[in-house]
Amino acid sequence: MTLEIVKPGLATSVQDLGRPGYFHLGIPEGGAMDRFALRAANMLVGNPEDAACLEAVFMGPEIKFTADTTVAVTGGEMPIMVDGEQQQTWTSFAVKAGQTLSFGFLKSGARIYIAVSGGIDTPPDLGSRSTYPIGALGGIEGRAVAAGDVLPIGAGTAASAGRSVPADLRRGPSNPAELRVLPGLYWHRLTEAAQASFFDDTWTVAPEADRMGYRFKGGRPLELVDREPPFGAGSDPSNIVDGCYSYGSIQVPGGTEPIILHRDAVSGGGYFTLGAIISADMDLIGQLQPNTQVKFVRVEMAEALKARAQRKAMLQKLREELM
Amino acid sequence: MAQIQSPLPGTFYRQPSPEEPPFKSAGDAVAVGDTIGLIEVMKTFIQVNAEDPGTFKAYVAEDGAPVMAGDVLAELDG
Repeated sequence: MTLEIVKPGLATSVQDLGRPGYFHLGIPEGGAMDRFALRAANMLVGNPEDAACLEAVFMGPEIKFTADTTVAVTGGEMPIMVDGEQQQTWTSFAVKAGQTLSFGFLKSGARIYIAVSGGIDTPPDLGSRSTYPIGALGGIEGRAVAAGDVLPIGAGTAASAGRSVPADLRRGPSNPAELRVLPGLYWHRLTEAAQASFFDDTWTVAPEADRMGYRFKGGRPLELVDREPPFGAGSDPSNIVDGCYSYGSIQVPGGTEPIILHRDAVSGGGYFTLGAIISADMDLIGQLQPNTQVKFVRVEMAEALKARAQRKAMLQKLREELM
Repeated sequence: MAQIQSPLPGTFYRQPSPEEPPFKSAGDAVAVGDTIGLIEVMKTFIQVNAEDPGTFKAYVAEDGAPVMAGDVLAELDG
């Protein structure tokens, strides 16, 4: 069977759990911004957790189905319609051949994951179907979906409709959202006042936030400690001799607007990184709309590891519910 | 009276560029598909197009204002 893209939405792309192992070559892991939501969508329709789905951001696509199948939509809250009839989020539902899936206005969160029984079966690149437009990898010819595209779907397992993720396993950001930060390698570059204001201030998601990085504004500028620029570093106090970046690392070019590197991140560069968002909170970032408020919360390694273990336990609970 | 809602969250602009006049003024005819404003998000400007015909009444959202999906941007008569 196939999916026919009637309206693409905004930068709707094929995503799975990404292509780890190539970051040292400058190719990011990519994959779903909200990995938990993608896994959940796949489990609801009887797919392997890492099957490819459509990730739609801020607005939904319009999709016509050529065969009967089972579909689930997870992630942000957006009204779901099949031929105009409303469906439940985080719950599997049946779609018949010839029917059209469409969406209403986004109510909360930022990204939805549309899983179809059998998974999207576009050709993988470097072991993943995830779309990385800058490298023209994955998806359809390495780009976001466009009107008129026809997406192949693999053989499904005839998962039943009406399977649902319990409410306590659906996770979205609070308001203001809280993102936990582990201070890192270049923390000492900030003055004590800047170290304090970064956590005290409320920041706002900038409209340019995307899959590469989430930019924040509205907090006080972060002052850096005076120093002689080391050989090879740029002249701005926020410059370093080029180094590696990690997923979730927070750079602050010029000390003004923090940027959290996300799934399609660049792998290195010449800005200091004050620390990193803990892995347990990376999915939450994928659900932040522009102009929403965020507080950064300082944690130490022990708490970061505990939060990671809690996320793993939550995923295991989901598997027990749905598999 | 028809309302034009924002299809997605972002920053709303009434003009095609800062030097140009707004897309529509009160009393202008609006045809289906006419652009009435822009939403900036993820380094992209997305056109907001009318889905119903009518006569332009007024902008509701301020120029340069942050908007959420579903916010009313402008109103049409008839």
